[in-house]
Amino acid sequence: MAGEGPARGGAGRGSRAGAARGPDAPGVSAGAGGGGCPAGGNDLQWCFSQVKGAIDEDVAEADIISTVEFNYSGDLLATGDKGGRVVIFQREQENKGRPHSRGEYNVYSTFQSHEPEFDYLKSLEIEEKINKIRWLPQQNAAHFLLSTNDKTIKLWKISERDKRAEGYNLKDEDGRLRDPFRITALRVPILKPMDLMVEASPRRIFANAHTYHINSISVNSDHETYLSADDLRINLWHLEITDRSFNIVDIKPVNMEELTEVITAAEFHPHQCNVFVYSSSKGTIRLCDMRSSALCDRHAKFFEEPEDPSSRSFFSEIISSISDVKFSHSGRYMMTRDYLSVKVWDLNMESRPVETHQVHEYLRSKLCSLYENDCIFDKFECCWSGSDSAIMTGSYNNFFRMFDRNTRRDVTLEASRENSKPRASLKPRKVCTGGKRKKDEISVDSLDFNKKILHTAWHPAENIIAVAATNNLYIFQDKLN
Amino acid sequence: MLSKGLKRKREEEREKEALAVDSWWLDPSLPAVAQAPPAVASSSLLDLSVLKLHHSLRQSEPDLRHLVLVVNTLRRIQASMAPEPTLPPVPSPPAAPCVADNLLASSDAALSASMASLLEDLSHIEGLSQAPQPLVDEGPPGRPTGGSPPNLGALDLLGPATGCLLDDELEGLFEDIDTSMYDSELWAPASEGLKPGPEDGPGKEEALELDEAELDYLLDVLVGTQALERPPGPGR
Repeated sequence: MAGEGPARGGAGRGSRAGAARGPDAPGVSAGAGGGGCPAGGNDLQWCFSQVKGAIDEDVAEADIISTVEFNYSGDLLATGDKGGRVVIFQREQENKGRPHSRGEYNVYSTFQSHEPEFDYLKSLEIEEKINKIRWLPQQNAAHFLLSTNDKTIKLWKISERDKRAEGYNLKDEDGRLRDPFRITALRVPILKPMDLMVEASPRRIFANAHTYHINSISVNSDHETYLSADDLRINLWHLEITDRSFNIVDIKPVNMEELTEVITAAEFHPHQCNVFVYSSSKGTIRLCDMRSSALCDRHAKFFEEPEDPSSRSFFSEIISSISDVKFSHSGRYMMTRDYLSVKVWDLNMESRPVETHQVHEYLRSKLCSLYENDCIFDKFECCWSGSDSAIMTGSYNNFFRMFDRNTRRDVTLEASRENSKPRASLKPRKVCTGGKRKKDEISVDSLDFNKKILHTAWHPAENIIAVAATNNLYIFQDKLN
Repeated sequence: MLSKGLKRKREEEREKEALAVDSWWLDPSLPAVAQAPPAVASSSLLDLSVLKLHHSLRQSEPDLRHLVLVVNTLRRIQASMAPEPTLPPVPSPPAAPCVADNLLASSDAALSASMASLLEDLSHIEGLSQAPQPLVDEGPPGRPTGGSPPNLGALDLLGPATGCLLDDELEGLFEDIDTSMYDSELWAPASEGLKPGPEDGPGKEEALELDEAELDYLLDVLVGTQALERPPGPGR
């Protein structure tokens, strides 16, 4: 079942126009300094670096970015969109001639990962939208990533080719076979350089293992296995084996009428290859140890914060539903995102989180309207900085929030074309909740709920962040970086 | 605030259809119903939720998370709108009159169904201390006692200590019910409990006889006499 035929696309590296993305906005002005005073202390001063994607007001549904992920070194940045395409950006090497070009990201490869499918048995269409991309650690010259839609996971190999062989004996330069009887002398083919070509090919296709919609994939620290989670089940795969997987969690009730809870996210522990967590729509997280039993229906740890009775409402359960769970790089903590907050949990304490950060508490009084327009069901992701000292998550109106865990300070920033001057510092934004609106503040009722930042990623080692705003990908860097 | 253009037409047909399609979330025995949220939901919130549920179910492949969250929210809304159950738990017979009061107050139709199952359940009751679980929502107390006799009849079966007095003529209502299983000594007045039934006699005598025979045998064995010549006693 492995391999599906030749991959499509493989944009040349020099090309700045990826299949789905418009030209880059200029991110560098040679010689121009940063401007403004340097940030004090440990504060990060975020500056605009680049934006990818079309500028049109009319956004095609297929171009909406649905996942963003840096690879292990941070040199590659992958995005997936609703049209089933994957675009990979590569960081340019530092150029001594242009000292201020601190490593821009340019299109490296573009390919169609998933196509729309039709399930004839159930008579329904399977969306090609890429739900998640996860990179594998690099083991050789090629790069590998897993990409998944609702039903099928694919392992893609991205490899470079910068040489080609010339002087074959049995075929001409244009590929035509030579008549063997006409060959009078043998020659040794020689390798000649060519323009770099990046090819993506599907190496494995892991299909038919999920009845429900896949929401998460996570590569294990053993680099041999990975898990995939849908609404009711979690499966364990070996990267080499596509025709079977092990079911390790199953919360499907015997009678579907008794269903009250679904799995919303799952992730392997970064260092302990037998440990993983999964979150639920009821705001709980279960940590499981695969050594205890083959079927991990019984958790080793159960994390849940008791409900605050004073803030109880009809929407309590919906807003407690966890949309993302991420382990810290250290493996000591995990972070969960629910509708209004981000919580950091110590894995040794199940009773409550050690930190709670409010993302947009001003929305609490608007829950009824947000329920009406379905925004309350939006699934925001969250991410850790490389050192685990800061966390980031998105909000509405193209705002995103950052929390420094050491200084306990937080900031609201905006990803917008207006603030996209080269190396311009991002100005902190503020939402006015009531009373007099100060200058530069925006009132809650003016927020654009169609501009949601659901997907963000943080470079594993440096202070570079990627923020997906509908069909645009913004890259910001720390001034001091 | 931008909405996604949800139309909120109040169509009774759609509501009925939605309820018919999936009425399992109306099950009052589910725990969510027991914890009623503080405020009562507006009917428009209920309509909105029903609309969302219906819309979700209409998808060819429903988003399970969305569906489950809407259903659970709908349960909470339903719970806040239903009247509070007034029935306290009934662990002992002295509390039975309270049960009677509440049963008096409830509707006929609901109780007739529950009574049938109640009578079945009674066959499993081991002791007088157990009382039947209330199966339906209770109406406000103080309703006229039009449909009450069956209730009191059942309580009578529970035991003599109910304190409720029955008219003799009402017992005629139960002629068609086979109460033979309730005619055991468990239900009889205490004074009759010690009268042995016809089966007891031979059993007891038999037991005594057996004892005598065994004693003789043991004595013989002890003395050392061969017991083979002795015929076995009656009852062996």
